[in-house]
Amino acid sequence: MKELSLHILDIAQNSIEAGATRLELTLSEDGKGALTVVIRDNGHGMSPELLKTATDPFTTTRTTRTVGLGLPLFQLCAQQTGGGLRVESSLNEGTTVTAVAHRGHIDCPPLGDIAGTVSILTRSSPNLTLFFRHTTPLGTFSFSTEEAREILGSDIALSEPAVTLWIQAYIKENETLLYD
Amino acid sequence: MKTLEELQAIRETMQKQLNVRESDGNNIRVVVGMATCGIAAGARPVLTAFLDEVNQHNLDHITVTQTGCIGVCRLEPIVEIFAPGEEKVTYVNMKPEMVPVIVNEHLVNHKIVTEYTIGAAE
Repeated sequence: MKELSLHILDIAQNSIEAGATRLELTLSEDGKGALTVVIRDNGHGMSPELLKTATDPFTTTRTTRTVGLGLPLFQLCAQQTGGGLRVESSLNEGTTVTAVAHRGHIDCPPLGDIAGTVSILTRSSPNLTLFFRHTTPLGTFSFSTEEAREILGSDIALSEPAVTLWIQAYIKENETLLYD
Repeated sequence: MKTLEELQAIRETMQKQLNVRESDGNNIRVVVGMATCGIAAGARPVLTAFLDEVNQHNLDHITVTQTGCIGVCRLEPIVEIFAPGEEKVTYVNMKPEMVPVIVNEHLVNHKIVTEYTIGAAE
């Protein structure tokens, strides 16, 4: 994966597969280069046995292959920057993935197109409420599907191309303000 | 600077269009594989390119959705096209610049872009 935002998209897809109706995506930067990514869902969660092997590449719930690389790839990426990844989960309650990456490290990929990631996640399921929050020393930007749905009403879906593309441009514009 | 009020304007434009939309009988579905394999191979910009094309040309009868692993990971990004009364068409090794060609030739003019299909790749 060439961008941290692609790892985030990949891990968040697991939340959707797990039937989450609520997904919180939080990015916090401390100003000294550490970026903490928290992906928290209320999906069906994992049993303690599955949780133990969740970052093992030979653990997967997919049926097309016997390997599952999402979590191990993100973990490796975080570890290579001197950070790490932790998975907490309870059956029927949800899963939280926390990753820390050191952005100043030469092996740290750029955050990349986080607006693309978030806007695509907003259209992944009509039953999903997504909260996105990004904090840097310069400020905080937050967006939720709740506020968008309130404006759009029940007849216009977030998956409408015009809406998804607008959300993407809106997040992109606000993200630039967090850096200069 | 974009504000949430603009979303209100999009809603109003779209509500007018909803009334003149064609019936669902000729709805075409575009499905983009978005599992780890697809994402790593570049599925995200491909999906955005489809949204861009559909939006720009007001192709209301086309629905763009995302799914998990389609199964042939080495040929990702993979896009499947489901049109009523036609067999499923699978495009492989997708790049954003291939999207306008597929939309114009296949989705609008009903001519399959054979060189991009899984049959040509295998």
